[in-house]
Amino acid sequence: MSTTNLDPKIPAGPLADKWTNFKTASKLVSPANKRRYELIVVGTGLAGGSAAAVFGEQGYNVKCFCYQDSPRRAHSIAAQGGINAAKNYQNDGDSVDRLFMDTIKGGDFRSREANVYRLAQVSGRIIDQCVAQGVPFAREYGGMLANRSFGGAQVSRTFYARGQTGQQLLLGVYSELSHQISAGTVKMHPRHEMLDLVLVDGQAKGIITRNMVTGEIQSHAADAVILASGGYGNAFFLSTNAMGCNVTATYRAYRRGALFANPCFTQIHPTCIPVSGEYQSKLTLMSESLRNDGRVWVPKRKEDCGKKAADIPEADRDYFLERKYPSYGNLAPRDISSRSAKEVCDEGRGVGPGGLGVYMDFADAIERLGEDTIRERYGNLFEMYQNITGENAYQTPMRIYPAVHYTMGGLWVDYELQSNVPGLFVIGEANFSDHGANRLGASALMQGLADGYFVLPYTIGNYLAPIRGTRPDVNGPEFKKAEEEVRERIQRLLSVKGTRTVDSFHKEIGKLLWDECGMARSKEGLEKAIKRFDEIREEFWSDVRVLGEGEELNQALEKAGRVADFIDFGQLMCEDALDRNESCGGHFRVEYQTPEGEALRNDDDYFYVSAWKHTGDGKRPELIKEALHYEGVKLATRSYK
Amino acid sequence: MNFHLKIWRQAEGSGQGTFQDLEAKDIPSEASFLEMLDIVNDRLTEKGDEPVAFDHDCREGICGACSMTINGIPQGPGRGTACQLYMRKFNDGDTIYVEPFRVGAFPVLKDLVVNRSAYDRIITAGGYISERCGNAQDANDTPVPKTVADYAMDAAACIGCGACAAACPNGSAMLFVAAKVGHLGLLPQGKPEGGRRVRRMVAQMDKEGFGNCSNYYECEAVCPAGVPAAFIAKMNRDYAAATVRHAVEATA
Repeated sequence: MSTTNLDPKIPAGPLADKWTNFKTASKLVSPANKRRYELIVVGTGLAGGSAAAVFGEQGYNVKCFCYQDSPRRAHSIAAQGGINAAKNYQNDGDSVDRLFMDTIKGGDFRSREANVYRLAQVSGRIIDQCVAQGVPFAREYGGMLANRSFGGAQVSRTFYARGQTGQQLLLGVYSELSHQISAGTVKMHPRHEMLDLVLVDGQAKGIITRNMVTGEIQSHAADAVILASGGYGNAFFLSTNAMGCNVTATYRAYRRGALFANPCFTQIHPTCIPVSGEYQSKLTLMSESLRNDGRVWVPKRKEDCGKKAADIPEADRDYFLERKYPSYGNLAPRDISSRSAKEVCDEGRGVGPGGLGVYMDFADAIERLGEDTIRERYGNLFEMYQNITGENAYQTPMRIYPAVHYTMGGLWVDYELQSNVPGLFVIGEANFSDHGANRLGASALMQGLADGYFVLPYTIGNYLAPIRGTRPDVNGPEFKKAEEEVRERIQRLLSVKGTRTVDSFHKEIGKLLWDECGMARSKEGLEKAIKRFDEIREEFWSDVRVLGEGEELNQALEKAGRVADFIDFGQLMCEDALDRNESCGGHFRVEYQTPEGEALRNDDDYFYVSAWKHTGDGKRPELIKEALHYEGVKLATRSYK
Repeated sequence: MNFHLKIWRQAEGSGQGTFQDLEAKDIPSEASFLEMLDIVNDRLTEKGDEPVAFDHDCREGICGACSMTINGIPQGPGRGTACQLYMRKFNDGDTIYVEPFRVGAFPVLKDLVVNRSAYDRIITAGGYISERCGNAQDANDTPVPKTVADYAMDAAACIGCGACAAACPNGSAMLFVAAKVGHLGLLPQGKPEGGRRVRRMVAQMDKEGFGNCSNYYECEAVCPAGVPAAFIAKMNRDYAAATVRHAVEATA
């Protein structure tokens, strides 16, 4: 039932020359012709905002959409720790090749090599661009940029702005976007949600949106559609994503024929504040940068778990990351650190309420560097921790536990970041190509900006040049039909008038995914979950309660549409996890592990990208494979020991 | 814990609203203020009453979507946004008033949701460095003294939530505007168009109907990002200098 015919359109030549070769051969649209084109960008995070701004600068007409009340609030803003770039300012042996290798290995050899190499190549330019637009990165006393290190790397290549790097980068993007809005090249539509993709003659030519204030359903036509709508971590209900993050834009595109790649590759971040109760709406991340100075441990003996941390002597502590992965220590990659934390908690050695937590201890660092230095590095994170938990982490260790954070899977794209649907481009977290089965810390910001600033503006020409601004009429039958379907679906949600709130369904699928498609997955559990999703879907559409009307600001209705898509999408995640009979990166199938409990990859049978094709609602999807080919990297067992 | 809520309810497009009495019973003390509202909303929905609309997104205090005034204080008591306020800060049995930001330039859309696009228009008027993506020079070619970078970061930390204007008796947005003027104006990259920036942003701020600063410093007291009010003084200086320079250049 699977076919292998996906062409990623990787350019010829040695790995290091591919991007240059591509750029030399790519088609251009002349400045006079650019203004004849309209482009739609959905999402204003680092990827969407930067792409919209650059297209505006180049002279295209851009329509940009976001669900937030302002483009400045996209969830990129919450990224804390930093952004990687192969600048080698620290003279510690970094290079494009090193960043490339680290990223491929970090992704457990499941990303597309040529895309990752390009990402490493453009990484340095991102920092130059951000500084030019006024991002106040951390500096050393001499005025040069400062760096720190992040998981999965043995060099310091991460640039940062206190614990608010994502905020500062996004505000940089937002300022550039605002400049273009002021110039009239970008028309911004905040509080608009994309509810469908419109295809004309098999090509992506527009979207249907709902104005979230008035409820008006509108059609927008364009020469090409760019999705930068982020990831789907909120399928789990509890995640570090913003409350509004959703899969609807990409899932709707999937229903229209775009392939969804590697949906089961989700990242569970090791250092989040543990769950404290049923009422909880979201989880808060404690930046990975803390692992530069924080030591992760649990008591060696179960009996000590109830004791205060200070009462457990050094000899009775198990610094499990340092013990298991001595060369990377506390900076082991996220998937590995998360799984290790789960393991020790499963053994009954977890700390805090419910035993679902491990310590991250700064006592040694404070003794070595002084409290002031630690405060300068992480002050806002310590404050945040104290605010949420009521505990002072300068005096007692933080308690942390893994939580859903990022999704490596996304819509399938080729080297040009174009999906299998011509005219549909996908960038940032919404696509799949760069992080394989696990993303390294500080690489999401890098990828978002790389896609928007330095990749898509070069690759989109090949599609745009030949079509010469021939977008269809927004009153055409394809748009009318799609609008009608969107209206009908909204009416359907409002007319169920059942007994259960939208959140109760969201929590139910979230728990199901966490249990069966979270940090540990099994054939049996996944099969059970797939069946359960069918039942939940039926219950949802017969018993959900959405009050109010469609033609008004109706937050319950917004959420209902998103949760309905999460139900369908959650099932797809499980299908993908079930198909992949191996463990790699964030995808850990309990049946496939080494005697030491490490992930056991199977390169003979699973060295491919799983791209899923929609075959109809309620029907099982079809698997299409993109075989991976590595030229610069030798497949190896991933070791951080 | 149990609370008695007086929550502002306003139908869309009505221009008028009223406080509604709602009971928030059995709320865990570890819940955040917004999680308390989630619980209340779920119960309203179960009863068949429409839930309270409020803006929120990241729930980590950084996106700036929160826009409610709690017991008369924009973003609620204590430093930080409403999403970072925890119920353990209140006493069992407290009566809590919840209303939208009250600023003329932020019209109420529904319940606690306001329209803050005036802030976006102020940034659009000039809150940027006019550079094009492409061939910026190497990032380390422009040294920026650490103290300058740190001070610029203090201003850049602004989350654009609007609490400053909501707290100001004059409905002034000057802390917000000064934060951007200060952030970009302090850095060498932002200096070339510094004068133009401050003039255009202030003009837009006035056009939106925000008031002027008369040194109450309520803005600084509520600012979740801790942006110092000293930036307002710096902006006033920059604005005066830029206006004079502009006038002289225009007559030269």
